[in-house]
Parts: sequence; structure tokens; C-alpha cells
Amino acid sequence: MSYIRKPKVTHPGLARNKLGLTARDYEGAISTLCAGCGHDSITAAIVRAVFELNVKPHMLAKMSGIGCSSKTPAYFVSEAHGFNSVHGRMPSVTTGANAANRDLMYIGLSGDGDSLSIGVGQFVHAIRRNLNMCYIIENNGVYGLTKGQFSATADIGSKPKKGQPNTQEPIDPVSMALSLGATYIARSFSGDREQLVPLIKAALIHRGFALLDIISPCVTFNDHEGSTKSYAHTRQFYHHVVDMDYVPPAEDIKAAYADGDVMPIKMHDGSTILLRKVDKNYDPTSRALSFKYLRERFNAGEITTGLLYLDEARPEMHELMGNVDTPLSQLPLDELHPGKDELKKLQDRYR
Amino acid sequence: MATVNDVVIKIGTVNGTGSASANGLLRKSIFRMGVPVVGKNYFPSNIQGLPTWYEIRVTGDGYQARSNRVDIMVAMNAQTYVRDMADIAPGGWLIYDSTWPRSTLLNRDDITVIGIPFSKMCNERFNGVRDRILMKNIAYVGAIAALIDIDMDIITTLLEETFATKAHLIGSNMEAIHLGYDYAKEHVSCPLAMRVEAIDATAGHIVIDGNTAAGLGCVYAGATVGAWYPITPSTSLMDAFRDFCGKYRIDPETGKRTYCIIQAEDELAAIGMVLGAAWNGARSFTSTSGPGISLMSEFLGYGYYAEIPAVIFNVQRTGPSTGMPTRTQQCDLLCCAYASHGDTKHVLLFPANPGECFHTAVMAFDLAERLQTPVIVMSDLDIGMNDWMVPELEWDDSYVPDRGKVLSAQELENMESFYRYLDVDGDGIPYRTLPGVHPKGAYFTRGSGHTKFGGYTEDSNAYKDGVDRLLIKWETARSILPPPEIRYSKFNRTALLTLGSGDGACKEALDRLQKQNVSLNYCRVKAFPFSDEVGEFIEQHDIVYVVEQNRDGQFRTLLINDIEADQKKLISLLHYDGMPINSGFVVSRVLEELARGRAA
Repeated sequence: MSYIRKPKVTHPGLARNKLGLTARDYEGAISTLCAGCGHDSITAAIVRAVFELNVKPHMLAKMSGIGCSSKTPAYFVSEAHGFNSVHGRMPSVTTGANAANRDLMYIGLSGDGDSLSIGVGQFVHAIRRNLNMCYIIENNGVYGLTKGQFSATADIGSKPKKGQPNTQEPIDPVSMALSLGATYIARSFSGDREQLVPLIKAALIHRGFALLDIISPCVTFNDHEGSTKSYAHTRQFYHHVVDMDYVPPAEDIKAAYADGDVMPIKMHDGSTILLRKVDKNYDPTSRALSFKYLRERFNAGEITTGLLYLDEARPEMHELMGNVDTPLSQLPLDELHPGKDELKKLQDRYR
Repeated sequence: MATVNDVVIKIGTVNGTGSASANGLLRKSIFRMGVPVVGKNYFPSNIQGLPTWYEIRVTGDGYQARSNRVDIMVAMNAQTYVRDMADIAPGGWLIYDSTWPRSTLLNRDDITVIGIPFSKMCNERFNGVRDRILMKNIAYVGAIAALIDIDMDIITTLLEETFATKAHLIGSNMEAIHLGYDYAKEHVSCPLAMRVEAIDATAGHIVIDGNTAAGLGCVYAGATVGAWYPITPSTSLMDAFRDFCGKYRIDPETGKRTYCIIQAEDELAAIGMVLGAAWNGARSFTSTSGPGISLMSEFLGYGYYAEIPAVIFNVQRTGPSTGMPTRTQQCDLLCCAYASHGDTKHVLLFPANPGECFHTAVMAFDLAERLQTPVIVMSDLDIGMNDWMVPELEWDDSYVPDRGKVLSAQELENMESFYRYLDVDGDGIPYRTLPGVHPKGAYFTRGSGHTKFGGYTEDSNAYKDGVDRLLIKWETARSILPPPEIRYSKFNRTALLTLGSGDGACKEALDRLQKQNVSLNYCRVKAFPFSDEVGEFIEQHDIVYVVEQNRDGQFRTLLINDIEADQKKLISLLHYDGMPINSGFVVSRVLEELARGRAA
């Protein structure tokens, strides 16, 4: 991917967050994706989210695999370390990185090919471990860099630009994540920034595995008539089942929101998620009901979006293992070996 | 005349019957008499019901390799009676369970057959199927004790130590010992012409397997993240790490762990985790075997090019493909040296025995962080899962780990700008930063083409700059890796060259050849890329016998490829049947080559 630094010209009137940084400080190199690519809108939403969350740039770790989506970590927060790994293997690298340092905030950028074909094994197992990370699938149903082959999320009947319509069942990452025990599951659309920014913020704050499946049309290979991952199709069929707002720890919830059908959920760091159910029948705290609802809407051809499932109670990987609070990478090495005398004593069993 | 402290006892049993503890008891009791022992497991890739053997070589001279001889065969497995009997050296003994008649045992007249009714005695004395089977094993230990004159007080002490927390088992085990012991004393003229006698040749030594020692080495090195996928014969390495961590890595105040072991979904994920953790500043490692290396190859190339430390233990087993998972070889030398596509090469370390596994483990972490590259420790099943007598492991409390060139927050603060892949010091090793330390340290880690500043590139010159600098680093590695062990006998132009677990057999072979007035110089290589001393050693000789445990002479190929060794000088002595190499093989192959005139 190209690596062109953006000039740092800042308007003096730009808003600053609690760290005194502007949104521009959270930008990265200039994107080399196609003009109009959905991924660039997601990048912009990420920039907004980390700016509003007052994230210290160097405390963020940007992880990715291979593909168009996996290029995007270069396009935001240039003062954060990035790890552009190998195809389909971002989850394992992030698992190791998180094992070493649980204090960083991990954001993984992946695509439908990277996560659901070559990397489906690692995707699945990162969820099972409830790895504490925000995992974004920029889902366009197509392989872009290799010029337009179907991916595993292509819907039955979806037409490619050339060749025959897809006949194979699509993999739905949201249903998969539900069955595997992901603790934060959302779906959104790259064209809906209003919905996207709070979803990303809460996903970053969530302690555990947060999956964001974001329909992100490929303007070059999958935005034509007959495609089910085009802008037009997504706009027509997508439907907010739950609207969500993210309220940081210090802010007064009553002041921010009028009364109504609002369901507040406390996050582990004291912040709050406010859910407004558009469909009264939806319950985002029940795995079984979510699963049923999503399947029904899918069969009806609808794309259900919003925060679809949340479980703030389940422990994440380190808690499940009972690891110390200090990042393992920061433990002094000389305290980690039992010493000369102990080695001598220990060897009695080998005599 | 009796042969003292030079006897090989082989015990054939059925796997899953609990014979391991009985065999361990036998081995330890001899070791406690001050007599060096070698313990080898020959086991099936199976959980229960197939033949398995344990071989104890009693070697007063303290040799490390297996002997290719069996003096006393304890044939407890009817399935293998015939071949077990065929294995016995002329003049040897066959001990079998005479509860049932075995007519096929009558067809060798150059050995002595001793029948002991183990099953009958144990069935009369003990209740329950499991107990009877277990005690039958203990009973043969008693019989051997009588036959070769093992000190019974030592056996008693060992049982007391083993069952310190289950005292009620001491009595029944002692009873079983006596069933065998008393029967042998009564019916056979004890001791046999081959026996053991207490000496003082084990002081300062232990008997340990390489996987345990390597796991312990990882604890001492300060490793905090271990990611792995179970595979024979490497599994017991991570098991050992887990056991030692359970003892030494629990925070006393909170009861929480200062380590993280992740059983990955496959080897691809295991190495990904190792790289992720090391990139983030932890000492991390994985243990695997050949098929795992194949799966890890893509990431190993990434680690090489993106320059991320990693420690990989490859406990080699017999290939190709699934091969024989419970048999040993040194067959992954080439695949590890050049694992991954593209121009990739890796630092390899070759421990020769479990003692070296401990120290090599610690060294591997230092080297990986110093060189910012994956380091593969090339153990094998023979080292990893067999019981070797080695000098007591030692630790220097003043050990300072080499974390390599990692910039601190303060150093970054004082720098104008940081670039990840600049060769500041001219040794080919750039500086690195850890995430979360300082905003100035941020860089984008990638396996795609990059410039010395860390940026993406498709520019030919910038790309070449990077891969050429890695060659400078390669030479730095060569200069800091452990030099070979070299022994000159006297002035001569013929030598023996080996690596890893070939060491024990070769050293014993040198002694045996010496007795036949054949003296050879010796070099045992400890690391790849090969240090200059290896090339010089080969230069000094006209003929070099290269001893290794694979079919294709992979070590020889590496020598030719890495240091342009003269291939006409290098004569391969290849041992690759899956059994641990023995001195007899080396001696006979050397004599064969000498007879053919292939010597200087």
C-alpha cells in the first residue's frame, strides 16, 4: 500500500478533545483505495470515534491481515503502531499482542475474504477466547485486489460484473459470532456515519470481543445492478433494529437524552450505552432471540443493523486465564526466573 | 568373568499399562548406585494396546547414546515375543512371564531363557485388574534387581520418595518388588554374569529429557507467552513449561499468573501469536515438530522480513509428511533453515542433549531479541523425549537478558525522528520500538516491500537496500552464534563432523575407533549460519565424514550452501531409520569408508 503522509495543516478553530488533539491528529496516510470506496468512510468514522474517545494515539494498536480492508490501518492514527500481518491471520497476531500487553486498545481491520475464507479458523477462535478487541469486517462480498472474485459473504443470486450469479450459501459473520459467544455484535453500513461512530466507540470500550460487520460497497467490482452489496441495494434493504448512543463515563445521561423507550447498559469502564429499540420485538441481550430474529429478517431479504447483541458480563481472555493485571511484557525479567538456589533444589527429582 | 556396569536391559510391554513408572524406578535405582544410565523410549503413535519398549543402557563409561545391543530382554508383551527374542545378543537373557507356556521361546540356544510367573504371582496377591497389571510391572523391576544385583535399599528409598504423599502404596509396591526379587533369587543363580556395581560416576549429574529441560529454560529465560498446538514429540515441552509456571509463576499476593499459555487452533495461529507477543515486547515461544514447521512457514518468512523476534522449538520427528511421529530424525534442517517463500533464512541452534536444551533455550531468547528474527531450536525426539544423564543444570543469578536494540520512551523523546529499518550501527540490526511506549515510536509493521524508513515501497533500489541489509545482519548472526565444539586427536587429515544428537554416538565412536588405532578429529556444530571455525575446520582436513540423521544429507547441503565447503571432501554417513543413532553405526560406516580408501 502507498504511504503518503498528509500535510499537517490545522485550522486554529478546529475542535480539540481532552488530550488537546484535533481530529486531524488522528488521521493517517492518504488512502490509495478507489474513489468512493466504502472502506474510506469507515476509516473516517474510526478517526472520529478515537478522537471523541480521547484515545492516546500510541496506546492504540492497529491490526490487519491482507486485502483492501487490511490496508486501511495505514490511513488513520499514524502515531499508533500498526501490524499488517499475513492473509487471514490478524486474529492470532492480535491474540499474541494482547497476551503480551493487555493495556493497549486493539482495533483489527479485516475483510470478508480475510475473515471468512482464508482466516475463518482464526476468526472463530479469537471469538471463543473473548479476546478483548474491536474487530471490524469491511464486508463487500468480493475480492478487490485480485479483481472481483466472489467472497464467502456473496448472497445467493448476487450477480458479478462478469460471469454467473453466486449459487453458494453466504457466511453471515453476525450469526457465526452469535453462536460462538462474541460479547458485542453489531452490523452497520459504511454509508451511515451517524450509526457507525457510536458503534465503533462502544466496540472499542467493550471489554471482550466486539464484532462490527460493516457492509462496505466495492465501487469497482460490486456496486452494479444485481449486486446485493451495492450502495443502492444496501440503502434499500437495510433497517435499524436498534439505535444506539454511547455516553462517556462523566456525562449526564438525562441531559443528553429525552425520555422515551431507552434502555441504558453500563459498560465496565463506567460509560453507558443507550439503546433505543426501533423494533419492540428485538432483545439484544438474548442470544437465542437475536438469532431467531436475524434469521427471519435475513430470509425476508432485509439487512438488520445496529447493536445486535451485547454481554458485558462475560470475562475476557486474561480474566478467564487468571493473569496478572500488569502487562506481561512489562514484568521485569529478573523477577521471572526462580534463581540459582531453586534450580539446584528442583533437580533432586531428576536423580 | 562378569561384565560390570555395561549391560543393556530392554523391556517390551503394551502401551497404556503403566510401565513407564516401573521403568523409571529401575533406571533411577541404577543411577543412584552411582552408575551412569541412558534411557530410551520406543513407543507407538497410539494411546493403548500397542507394543512399546524401554531400553536402559548401563554405561559405567558414561556414554550418552544408545547401544545397538540388548543383553537382557524382559518380554512382557506376547505380541512381540518373537522379535524381542531375536533382538537379544548371543549370550544374553530372555525374561518372560511363564504364567502361560510359550513354545516359540524354545528356538534359540545361544541365550538363556528365564521364566517368571509374574501374572500368576500378582493375580494371587493383588485384587482388581488395574492393580494386577501395574504390579506386574513393578514385579519385573524386583526380578531384574535380583538378577543384576541392584541395591534393594535404594529401591525402597525411591518408592518412599515417589509415594511420599500416598504412603499406603509403598507397602503394596514393595510387596510386588519382592514377588519378582524373591522368585529370581530362589530359581536363578543371581547375579547374572552381567551386573551392576556401585561406583561414583553420577555425582553432579541428573537424568532428564530435553523437553523438560527446554521448558525449564523458557521459565528461566523469562518467557511469558507460550502459544502452541499439540504435536508429538514436542507436546511435553509446553507441558513442562506449564508445570514449572504453575510452581514459579504465580503472583504470591494475588494468586494470578505471570505467564500466558495459549493452546492455539493450529500451528499457523501459534506462530502468529508468538510474533504478536514478541512484537509487543514479551518473550514468547512455541514448540512444534516437522508438520507444524510446514504450517508456520508463511509467518516465519514474515518474522524474518519484518524483523520480529521469535523462539521456535522444533522437536524433530521422522518425515516426510506425517512420517513416523514417534521416531526420531534430523530431517528438518533444510526446511527450517530456509522456511518460507522468497529469499528467507533462519538462525538455527543445535542442542546435543537435554542439558544443552536448557541453556540453548535461554540463549535462543537472547539471540532472537538481539537479532530481531525467529530463532529455531533444533531438538529431536531422541533428545526431547528420552532420558539422558547430563551435568546438573546451572544458573547464574547475575544473568542479564539481552533484549536487543529496543528504544525506551526517554530515548524516543530525545530523538528527532525514528525510522524502523535504518542500519544505524552498521551491523545490519536496526532499532525497534514497542507499541504503547511513545507516539514517536510508531511505525507500520508489514511483510510487504518497505524502505529503510519503514514506508511501503515498490521501488527496486529501496527494496534491494532492505534485503541486502538483511545479509549484513546474517553475517552479524554468524559472528555471535556459538562456535562449534572441536577436538583434535593428533595430527591427521580425516575428521568426523556432526550436529545435535549425533554428538553422543560420535564421541563414543571416536573412543572405539581409537582402540582400533583409527584416530579422527572431531567437530560438532552448534548453530546455523555456520561460524568461521566450521569452515576452517573443514579446510584443515582432506576428508570429513558428515554424520547426520536424515536420508538426503541435509547438513552437508547446508555446509556447501552456506560456507561453500568443498563437497568432494564431505562424505555422508547417514542414519535415518527412525531409531536414535548409535556408535556402532558410526564405527562401522567409518571403517567401511576407510576400507574403500576414502580417507586422507
